[in-house]
Parts: sequence; C-alpha cells; structure tokens
Amino acid sequence: MNHFPEAWGRPRDEIYGAYNPTYLPSSLGGAHQPTTRTQSPIVTGTSVLALKFSTGVVIAADNLASYGSLARFTDVHRLKPFNKRAVVGFGGDVSDMQYLDRLLNSLDVEENYTSSTGDSKQGGEEGLVDAPLMSAKNLHTYLAKVMYKRRTDFNPLWNALLIVGLDDQSQPFLASADLLGTTFSAPSLATGFGAHLAQPILRRVVPNEAASRELSREKAVEAIKECMKVLFYRDARSMNEYSIAVVDENGVELSENEKLENQSWAFADRIKGYGTQVV
Amino acid sequence: MFRNNYDNDSVTFSPQGRIFQVEYAQEAVKQGSVVVGIVSKTHAVLAAIKRNAEELSSYQRKIIPIDTHYGIALAGLASDARVLSNFMKQQSLASRLTYARPILLSDITARIGDRAQTNTQHYGKRPYGVGLLIAGVDARGPHLFEFQPSGVTVECVAGGIGARSQMARTYLERNLDEFENCGREELVKHALRALKDSLSQDKELTVENTSLGVAGMEENFKLYEGEEIAGWLETTFENKAEGETGAEGGEGMEVDT
Repeated sequence: MNHFPEAWGRPRDEIYGAYNPTYLPSSLGGAHQPTTRTQSPIVTGTSVLALKFSTGVVIAADNLASYGSLARFTDVHRLKPFNKRAVVGFGGDVSDMQYLDRLLNSLDVEENYTSSTGDSKQGGEEGLVDAPLMSAKNLHTYLAKVMYKRRTDFNPLWNALLIVGLDDQSQPFLASADLLGTTFSAPSLATGFGAHLAQPILRRVVPNEAASRELSREKAVEAIKECMKVLFYRDARSMNEYSIAVVDENGVELSENEKLENQSWAFADRIKGYGTQVV
Repeated sequence: MFRNNYDNDSVTFSPQGRIFQVEYAQEAVKQGSVVVGIVSKTHAVLAAIKRNAEELSSYQRKIIPIDTHYGIALAGLASDARVLSNFMKQQSLASRLTYARPILLSDITARIGDRAQTNTQHYGKRPYGVGLLIAGVDARGPHLFEFQPSGVTVECVAGGIGARSQMARTYLERNLDEFENCGREELVKHALRALKDSLSQDKELTVENTSLGVAGMEENFKLYEGEEIAGWLETTFENKAEGETGAEGGEGMEVDT
C-alpha cells in the first residue's frame, strides 16, 4: 500500500504549496538524520592499572585525555572514588566516563538517602554503620549490568572499567567490566595498552591469589609506579602525570597529581624504524 | 438516614478529618487471625495462628518466606498480601541481580509503605486490607517491621497484629527487656506464649494451626509448620503456669543455642 500523503487526498500543491517533508527522515526527503550510535570513541583515556595486595588494592591511571593522537587535555582525572570502600578507574571514551560518573553520583545520593531511613538507633554503633555501605563487589555487579544493557541496546558505553576496593567481607576486591559487559577478575588487571605492557610485569609480582595475599602495600605501590613508567616509555597516548589511589580498611587514599620519577631513556637510541627516521 | 456520606472513596476527608476507607482497611487487619514477631540481637521470629474455613478444610497460609533472609506474616486479606508479597519477591530478586546483595529490610518496608500510601491518595484505588510483620536478618542485623494499610511502617523489637492481638502485645510488653539477649529457642518460646495469650478460652495451639518463621545471623529464614513445631509446642507449655505469668518464663530452660 502507498503510505505517502499524495495518495490520500492531500491538499493540492498549486493551492497550498509543496508538501513540507522536513519532519521526515532523510531517506524520505526530510531533514532528519538517521539516529546513530557511538561507532568509535572520540576523546579517550589510555590504560588503567590495578593490583591487589594483602590488605587492599592499588589503582592508577594517567591524567591525559587524547583526541585521536593529539594530547588534548592533560588534567583529566580518571579515578573516581565512589565511597570509603570503592574506586572506579576509567579507560576509553571520556564523555562516557563523565556520564557514568554522574550516574554513580546519583547512585551514591540514593544509597545515602535510603540507608538513613528506618533505624537511626544503630547510627551510633561502630561496624553496623559501615555494613550497609555499598561494597566494591556490589558496585562492580551494578556497573557490569549497566555496560551490558547499553551494549544490548547497540549503544555501548565505550569504556574499560576497573572497579577496586573491599568486598562484603572487607577483603580486597578487583574486577573489570568493559563495553561489551564482559567481566573479569584477577589479582592484577590492566586495561588498554597496559594489558599488553604492564600486565606481564604485574603477573611477575603476583602470579596468583596466594601471592597477592602476601604482598605488602609498599611493594604493590612500587610495582604499579614502575608499570606507569614503562607505559609512559612505550605508549604514545600516555603522559608522565598520573593519579594513584589505595583502598584499604582505612578508606580511600587518592593522589591526583603524581609525577613519574627516575626516568631513564637510555634504551631510546636503540629504537629504530619509526616516523621520518629511515635506517 | 444514618448513612455515612464520607466513606465512598479513599480521597474524601470526613468533616472530622478522617478517611473512612483507610479506617475500614485497618478494621480488616483486626479481623485477621493474630500474628506476632520478636527480634533479639541474633534472631528474628514470626509466629502466627492459621485459620481454616471448616473443620475438614486446610488452613490459610499466614507466613510467607520472601527471600532467603526474610519473610512476612500477614493479618487481613490474604489476596492483598499476595499482591504485596509478589512485589516484595520481585524487588528482593532485583536487588540480588543488579547489586548482588540482599535487600535491606528497612528498604523493602519503605517501598511497600510508599506503595500502600499512594493507594490511599488516588481516586478509584483502595487501601490494602492487610497488615504485615516483616522479619529477618540483613547487613545491619536482625529486624522486625510492622506495616499498616495506611502506609504507616514502624520498626519494633516485638509486635503483634490481628484479632485479639492486644493480649499478645500485653505479654510482649511485660517481657520486653528480655528479648534483646534471648537465644533462638527462648525467642521462639516467647513468641508462642504471646500467641497463646491472645487465644480465646476454647482454642489451643496445635501443630495444625500454628506457623513459625525463624531467621538468624547464621541462619536463613525458614518456615516451620506441622510436626516440625511439635517439639517447641511441647517444651513451651509443659510448665504452663510459669509460662503464663511471664516474668520468669525464660528460666529453667537452657536449650539456648
């Protein structure tokens, strides 16, 4: 059947003028573009690294947001603390990170609102107050569902997330969720280029869960800082200023303007074959 | 001539400032058979009297397990309780699915409270004709909440709703100070004694008409019925006189686990 208005006794053009098709999609002569979905990220953050140790987790990401290969923004903080027990590290699209950050803020407001209804009598007792606080595990489950919902709508949030903190039993927790809704957990994790460059180094430090239970906080922080340096050496979308956070029983300790120390570019003159260099 | 003109719907106030439909709904709760609930530091129990339509028929269910960590006891219209319990089951499951955590009892109670309240505020809707006791253990420990058709919810240490529940509440008030440090078995016995107190002279607690729900810090909510509660009924009322005077009810039993 012909659904076009001409076939349905539309007022004549010579009296009323030509039909105005602007409200129609462009395929029917209108002005509307077809709806589109994110086909690729625009402004991006590179790797996020995280490592579990005996009493907590350390996580790091540099402060750079690239526009393609252009180092566009140098003060973008990609570690977002959720509460005293959880931090989220964002790799991938920065606008999607900002969307998720706002989502997490409203979730936090909701959490604090509902948890204050009902029994105020337990407010004074230590321990019981912390119990209903959303754990990193709860947060990871939620974020993984959000990511999976969006990919199922064919409108993914173009991020790779690391969620670190403490689980319901106050044990160190580290897991990832990505744009496909895939989840993964290990004693050490790295997203993006870090998965190739840093993960092997981190796995040497903690080959398994048992090793991460033995690892001290100092050793863990040192290993992460070393990996940030290796990434700066070899990842062209990285930067020498970064954020690092440690989550343990005492809460979140976040530092957002660390600088790489003791760099050595001695290996650089042996690298050949890039750019305008011929031999 | 004596017709009440202000009880046609739940959105019209009487000149005295009352909403009769809500009060009628609360009356429906008082018609239901009695249910009681108590919490200690470690446990939460529900106890209920089940009624049967006739001697040869089965008994109406009074305690409904909702999630593994809590359950409800109802007094009033069972069909309205079904609507609410289905909603609670759905919400509890949603919490486990999206956040991987059991829903807080204060949270679920607030949600059904809000739902019941909106029913009292829209033309063409009616209040739920059921009162609930919500008991279980969550991340904050054992809890007991009472829910009324008006949408009012209260947290309590012990409570009772339904027909003749005043007698049960009197027992609970007399023993209020003991509950906090009660063990599991003691708490169940207190609940059964409170239930017994609200019974009319010619009635008795039997394995057929009594229903029990227990949840603890290391124990999922479980419904006990029939032969499972025979032991409790026996040990609770073997020293009947002592049990009914109340104050020393807890002593002499060291089955505390």
